[in-house]
Amino acid sequence: MRNLINFFWRHSIFILFIALEFFSLLLVVNNNSYQKSVAFAWVSEKTGQIQSGYNDFWEYLSLKQANKKLAAENARYRSMLPSAFLITDTLVHYKKDTIYRQQYQMLTAEVISNSTNNPTNFMQLNEGKLQGINKDMAVINSSGVVGIVVNVSQNFSWVMSLLNKETRISARMKKNGQIGTIAWDGGSYRYASLKDIPTHVKVSKGDTIITSGYSHIFPQGEIIGIVSDFSIKPGEHFYDINVKLGVDFNNLSHVYIIRNLLRDEQKKLEEPVK
Amino acid sequence: MNNQYIRISLRFVILILIQVLLLNNIHFLGYINPYIYIIFILLLPFETKRGTLLVLAFALGLSVDFFSNSLGIHAAATVFAAYFRPGVMSLITSRKEYEPGVEPSITDLGFQWFFMYSIIIVSLHHLVLFLLEVFRFSNFFSTLGHSILNTLFTVLFIILSQYIFYRKK
Repeated sequence: MRNLINFFWRHSIFILFIALEFFSLLLVVNNNSYQKSVAFAWVSEKTGQIQSGYNDFWEYLSLKQANKKLAAENARYRSMLPSAFLITDTLVHYKKDTIYRQQYQMLTAEVISNSTNNPTNFMQLNEGKLQGINKDMAVINSSGVVGIVVNVSQNFSWVMSLLNKETRISARMKKNGQIGTIAWDGGSYRYASLKDIPTHVKVSKGDTIITSGYSHIFPQGEIIGIVSDFSIKPGEHFYDINVKLGVDFNNLSHVYIIRNLLRDEQKKLEEPVK
Repeated sequence: MNNQYIRISLRFVILILIQVLLLNNIHFLGYINPYIYIIFILLLPFETKRGTLLVLAFALGLSVDFFSNSLGIHAAATVFAAYFRPGVMSLITSRKEYEPGVEPSITDLGFQWFFMYSIIIVSLHHLVLFLLEVFRFSNFFSTLGHSILNTLFTVLFIILSQYIFYRKK
């Protein structure tokens, strides 16, 4: 005990130094938003690394069990192969799938009116309620996200194009999973802007932007576009990112409409909390 | 003795005011700013206890921080510089002895000694200051370059102020 006190006494200046520096650093990190964001990014990166290392370790330990499980699964699939069945009559096997429950259904439609030169652009499709289209369904085509159905009549539907100042689509950077929002600020119909990507994230030209699937409208992973250029305004904490849209809105004919079969359930789950 | 305390307290207040009201607004070439308030640490008498030195440095840095909206950055840098002051002093020898009553100033210890002394202390201070401002090591050499350039600027101001405010004995 005496030695301990002696030790502290002998190094009291150094301890005071460390304490003051520590306190200053605490002030820096807590009161300066830039330093705070850098520190937060660093800490979450490190804790993430530790977490994933820990996970890897436990996964390694449970490999044997995982193998057993896979073998059992393989056996089950093999027993489903046609060669595993003896054909006794002409009846067709009809199986209700309990592993993959279908969440998204695709319908096709044709664009019959469209615009790209207004601040708020809409388009009309040649199918409506009778064909199974409803409000808040997603519209895409083979090269990316097109818009959202906002109104339906018996035989037609009215789609709010991505090229609309009101449209906000939750987006994700494919390479690092960062979540942002796609919005169109007017201007060229080939470009939209991606907002809310914090500046500590690495962005580079050509990064793919996809839908995040957070809105219950778009499935996850539909292509929106690619980053064409980006900048940081001084004093801002978020990037200004320009995204070249995948869809050529001036040349749009066939589109797919996506129906989320589980949307009602998802909405109902959120309702009591809102 | 009493006279000395009053002088040091006055210096503390005046240096902070000069730094905050005048020098913080220079932004020469965009980022060069003389941080002359560190001269307070340089000029404290030899017999100042190390603990007192650290606490004074923290108070000084924190006061500057309050006015320049960078809470903690100047405090950390100033405490860092103050901690190494005794070590720097024993590193560079002088013709005169360090004795009570002698201030570490140009008039008492000569230009060459003071120049070496201030350039080392100011570099330590500025390196920590700029590292904390940038807050990442990835561009370490550009940060180092900035802090060296700024050090030269600050030392120039410190030496000029010495010639302006201290009479020859």
